[in-house]
Amino acid sequence: MREGMPNAIAELERRIGEIWEVGERLGLRPLPVHFEVVPATVMYEIGAYGLPGRFSHWTHGKAYQVQKTLYDYGLSKIYELVINSDPCYAFLLETNTLLQNTLVAAHVMAHADFFANNAYFAETRRDMVDIASLHAERIEKYEFTHGKEEVERLLDAVLSIQEHVDPAASETSTRRGPEQRRRSSTPYDDLWRLEERGRRDESGGEERRPATTPAEPIRDLLLFIHDHSPILEDWERDVVAIVRTEMLYFLPQIKTKVLNEGWATLWHARIMRSLDLPPEELVEFARLHASVLQPAGRRLNPYALGYELLCDIERRYGTEHLFLVREVESDVSLVRNYLTEELVERLDLYLYERRGDELVVVDKDWEAVRDRLANELGGNHIPVIVVEDGDYRGNRELYLRHIWDGRKLDLPWAEKTLENVYRLWGRRVWLETRSDDGTDPLILSYHPREGHRQQR
Amino acid sequence: MFTLAIRRDDWSLHRKGAIDQARHMEKVKEAIKRNLADIVSEQSIITSDGKRLVRVPIRVLEEYRFRFDPEAGRQVGQGSGGTNVGDVIGRVGSGRGPGVGPQAGDEPGIDYYEAELTVDELGELIFEDLELPNLEEKRLRELESEAVRFTDIRKHGPFANLDKRRTLRENLRRNAWRGRARIGDFSNEDLRFKTWERDIKRESNAVVIAMMDVSGSMGTFEKYISRAFYYWMVRFLRTKYDRVEIRFIAHHAEAKEVTEEEFFTRGESGGTRASTAYELALQLIREYYPPDAWNIYPFHFSDGDNWPSDNERCRELAEELLRCVNLFGYGEIRQGRYTYHSTLMHTLQRIGSPKLVTVTISEKADVYQALRRFFGPEVGREVARA
Repeated sequence: MREGMPNAIAELERRIGEIWEVGERLGLRPLPVHFEVVPATVMYEIGAYGLPGRFSHWTHGKAYQVQKTLYDYGLSKIYELVINSDPCYAFLLETNTLLQNTLVAAHVMAHADFFANNAYFAETRRDMVDIASLHAERIEKYEFTHGKEEVERLLDAVLSIQEHVDPAASETSTRRGPEQRRRSSTPYDDLWRLEERGRRDESGGEERRPATTPAEPIRDLLLFIHDHSPILEDWERDVVAIVRTEMLYFLPQIKTKVLNEGWATLWHARIMRSLDLPPEELVEFARLHASVLQPAGRRLNPYALGYELLCDIERRYGTEHLFLVREVESDVSLVRNYLTEELVERLDLYLYERRGDELVVVDKDWEAVRDRLANELGGNHIPVIVVEDGDYRGNRELYLRHIWDGRKLDLPWAEKTLENVYRLWGRRVWLETRSDDGTDPLILSYHPREGHRQQR
Repeated sequence: MFTLAIRRDDWSLHRKGAIDQARHMEKVKEAIKRNLADIVSEQSIITSDGKRLVRVPIRVLEEYRFRFDPEAGRQVGQGSGGTNVGDVIGRVGSGRGPGVGPQAGDEPGIDYYEAELTVDELGELIFEDLELPNLEEKRLRELESEAVRFTDIRKHGPFANLDKRRTLRENLRRNAWRGRARIGDFSNEDLRFKTWERDIKRESNAVVIAMMDVSGSMGTFEKYISRAFYYWMVRFLRTKYDRVEIRFIAHHAEAKEVTEEEFFTRGESGGTRASTAYELALQLIREYYPPDAWNIYPFHFSDGDNWPSDNERCRELAEELLRCVNLFGYGEIRQGRYTYHSTLMHTLQRIGSPKLVTVTISEKADVYQALRRFFGPEVGREVARA
């Protein structure tokens, strides 16, 4: 796009107009989109941070370095990047050809439609770009007041458990006194409440941050720590809240990666075919589209998987049903409901494992593949960890449980992560999981004075 | 609805990615520093010409989290059609060339990050707090480490040294004084120039006498260790001090002075008489380095397999050396079964002088410890106290 930039931009603008016309005629209802043409470094930066203007941390720097190196050596290139907000921000690489950016714009339109209509995105904050900038400003302020090192150490700890958030948990759900532990189940429960009212008055002083045991195990570690950590200062709680808010924003994208990319690929192909492109660009498009769907080594290609699934759904149930899928499914439900034996065969999916030094294909049974896939996609690669007790042994120790689903935890990593949890909780932290074969409970605990312990 | 905008200039000030990347690199360097002991004796570095980049394998800075065991169980893969059960689709740790010893790629689930550093950058990390211990002021030439420091501001000077910020400020001030709040109408009196001073630290002369056992009993490992030590020692001295003389003595049953290149490359054979090396060292000192003008640092590396009849002579000569040197370092390389000290070590230790520092090296990683033992910040203090 560099040479003859103004012309290329004018032409691109004309094409995007056409894309919007075609897309809307075909039934897409996207959020408004704001396109920007940017240099590669900016593209990589936004790609690495997930959002423009997000807070500073070395892990973002590491991601940036990886992306930039891949680009510098010509190994991989981000073609498109679109932010879920209102309006959506889409970034186009200034070094892309006109055709590449046309395809990207069509792809982006379908993403913007997905953000607007998929149920998992219904609750996401569309002003997240502004929020993230405010977050970054606050964190910068904390760096100024409390020192960069201090903030970095805190962020190291919080980011290490950032995946453990739960959109269903509300800010108040964990703020319960111990008296609410008992569940209501009889018509006479109000009598108990009378008795408790008197008791609460006596212990009124403890109201502020009561040592709690949640009524039900809570999946949202960040929220529980935010509400109940015995040691965090207010600014530290704020950092926990910042990371949690941003993670809740990213969560729907993790849950719908395959579906979203499949959806965008399906529509970019359809829209591009209805544009009036010169023949040489049609060839370039065909090549580009094929490269998007190419298997990448033995790694699963989410674009290809989602695309094939959606094409198959349309063949079997019609186009209208396709729009229903876009509205209600996530990756896990998509695979569970629609992956068929023929598709597993066509996509050449298989299960492999390590034998000695070799990676060997061990199973091609389609149901086995489907079940395993459902376990890897949509955030299911993250173990479910719940808070069972924030006042364990009556000593405000934190008791976590790994909900066992047959998959073993990486124990050395779990121990390291517990150290981070300790940084946030300040008392001994526990984690109950199971030993290798899954039969016996295995309990890890950490306190800096006594170090790591394991008991069976 | 869509809008299209082109941003071209706005991004130049956008440096967050680069700044966080720099912080990440800083953390990588910290990680390297923690692993210096292993890196110092890395063969590829010792044998490199010192100009190229060296690759230093370090563990990726892991971002720990709760995760499933990556090695347990099966994973979903995708082929390009026609894959069958039993097909081998890849190897663990493929893409790495063959090498000696336990290989990074063989270990499951561990990612290695290869940091690229120049030998000088690596040296900087290693030498950070090393120094020639017990350096005294002696007459004759100076050891100088020269630096130019900009220390002052003047109204005249070469334009290359124009201090733009101060000049602007002066101009602004002068204009303001005349009631105009702007920059412009520069005149000569606005100009400010930086001036510098040469910063010469006067230090005393120093000579290092590097002695190495090249006899037949020195195996590959022993030779490798002493070379690794001297490689870094020479680099250290050349980086930190502008003028340090280094003399190289190789010995077996007899000693001779060799060039630096010979010292690092040639191997000899035969029996061992360490006294010959000490004698030659004393002779060098007498001829060229009078102790009242020179700081003298003899170092000797050996496997300690000295002819027993020679030990007494060694003791006498070592005592004579100790009387005129600042520090005498003896490194003994004992691998595996020979973990007890040799008779030469015992003989030297019996002298009991605080200026005599001994080190036993039994594995590669000890080279770094030896460097710190000889040149570390505590050494000078210990010797001075004694």
